[in-house]
Amino acid sequence: MAILVYIPTPFRDLTGGSGHVQANGATIAELIGDLEHRYPGLGQRIANADGVRHHVNVFVNGQEMRLLAGEATPLADDDEVAFIPALVGG
Amino acid sequence: MIELTLAQRDEIVAHAREDCPNECVGLLLGKDQRAERLLRMENVEHSPLNYRVDARELLRIFDEMDTLGLELVGIYHSHTHSPARPSKTDIDLAGYPDAHYLIVSLQDPERPDLRAFFIVDGVVEEQEVVLR
Repeated sequence: MAILVYIPTPFRDLTGGSGHVQANGATIAELIGDLEHRYPGLGQRIANADGVRHHVNVFVNGQEMRLLAGEATPLADDDEVAFIPALVGG
Repeated sequence: MIELTLAQRDEIVAHAREDCPNECVGLLLGKDQRAERLLRMENVEHSPLNYRVDARELLRIFDEMDTLGLELVGIYHSHTHSPARPSKTDIDLAGYPDAHYLIVSLQDPERPDLRAFFIVDGVVEEQEVVLR
């Protein structure tokens, strides 16, 4: 199963500059694990032991993960997942 | 160093004044530290103390940028009552180490101050703003 993953510019130092990569996983949590395996450090940028970091937004086919089933959101072949760091400040 | 046109600098100041007392926010897209396009964004916090851009909007814009071959060279926002220096919140929440964080201060409303910074892992480094 291949998921199409959008990598935002702040994470591309870990993917050799690629903005789009493919990875596997039946859920978001599994996908993040596979990304960490393929691109060491990437999974940790996205999530910690408690799950997806608060300031990382995850979209599955354009839908915010937190409005779906969170990290348990199921994935299927050719789904598109995007990680977008929050753009916030004060 | 980030390179802006005079018109872009004026547009950032105008945006800050229009949204005052709330903070404004926008993006500078371009290549090689040179801003080619300015996008006003909505501060979905509508707050004088914080800003946030809707992540879905960002996703749409990032897709378009990849298609057009543009990079995120700058992120601007305003400080309405404090200097043009990154606040603790700005430093703690900075998630775009490759982009210049531009801050326009309206502390002296007659003399807006625009400065640019890299914020990488909590370390702030001021960058030159070159107007062309």
